Amino acid sequence: MISNISEQEEFTIEHPVECEAANEQATFEGFSANLKYLVIGVLFGIVFIKAEIVSWFRIQEMFRLQSFHMYGVIGSAVIVGVISVWLIKRFNIRTISGEKVIFHPKTFNKGQIIGGLLFGLGWALTGACPGPLFAQIGSGFFVITVTLLSAIAGTWVYGLLRDKLPH
Amino acid sequence: MDSVLNFIKQPWPWYLAGPLIGLTVPALLLVGNKSFGISSSLRHICAACFPSKIPFFTYNWKKEVWNLFFVAGIAIGGFIASILLANPNPVQLNPQTVADLQQLGVKDFSHLLPIDIFSFENLFSLKGLFFFVLGGFLVGFGTRYAGGCTSGHSIMGLSNLQWPSLVATIAFMLGGFIMTWLILPQIFNLF
Repeated sequence: MISNISEQEEFTIEHPVECEAANEQATFEGFSANLKYLVIGVLFGIVFIKAEIVSWFRIQEMFRLQSFHMYGVIGSAVIVGVISVWLIKRFNIRTISGEKVIFHPKTFNKGQIIGGLLFGLGWALTGACPGPLFAQIGSGFFVITVTLLSAIAGTWVYGLLRDKLPH
Repeated sequence: MDSVLNFIKQPWPWYLAGPLIGLTVPALLLVGNKSFGISSSLRHICAACFPSKIPFFTYNWKKEVWNLFFVAGIAIGGFIASILLANPNPVQLNPQTVADLQQLGVKDFSHLLPIDIFSFENLFSLKGLFFFVLGGFLVGFGTRYAGGCTSGHSIMGLSNLQWPSLVATIAFMLGGFIMTWLILPQIFNLF
């Protein structure tokens, strides 16, 4: 066990493939290229606020089955996403730098159930998934920084305990 | 122009907001071959700031720095929307939701979040412990354990027709129902 840990310390993941938001761009991108993603994020954040997805009340309404709003948002987002991914695959649409788009199949493990349930509990408490946390802070609820720090701590503790948890 | 701005200031309906969020998937894929996901940013922050020789955090996070720009953009977008495009009226909720929450003890409905819970005064109280500390911890721990959040699984994963993402999405919803219906009333009883 001990030798196992020291072996792992030597091991560096060059690229976190199990990360759901992997960067597959092969062409080198300079620092300023990241501003594109900042701009996409800005537009996304505006939608978050304007559709009240960041509202604790809207999340409560959703979990109390008293409004269609959030189900409509997520449902129509998925439909547009499914069509987009299908079109990219069907017509082999390339990225703006001419690369083939790479998709990551998800492999099932128990974490999706156990971790999913734990996240669901937290979602209903905070009224926010990770994205809305950033939008809430930006919109002036600076106290949510504490929630974000706690979420970072939760992620860190997961990383620490990962090998001991059922997967 | 005024009428356009007035329209933008209204809360946006789901059939406008949902497709715009869905378009983030092809936008990130086609602009830079990047899969949509947000909770990964929390992992990159850990990897950048306190990797502590934990194998899960020792990877080349700089390659994934785009994700941190993306979430910084979300915060800036939140700022722009609330300053320039703010809806002056409170969130229009189902009256039943308002009645249910009032019964639990929520008093203020004038902002996006109930400020009688989410305020600095509550930070070091029992309320703060539950809603900020425990809630945030569950979000961070749970999303990483599940390998993604609403964006990585429910939107990106489902868009790519991945069944493990459907399992995760069902678990997210189930956890939310358990908290809302069974645990939240107990928590409010403590205050």
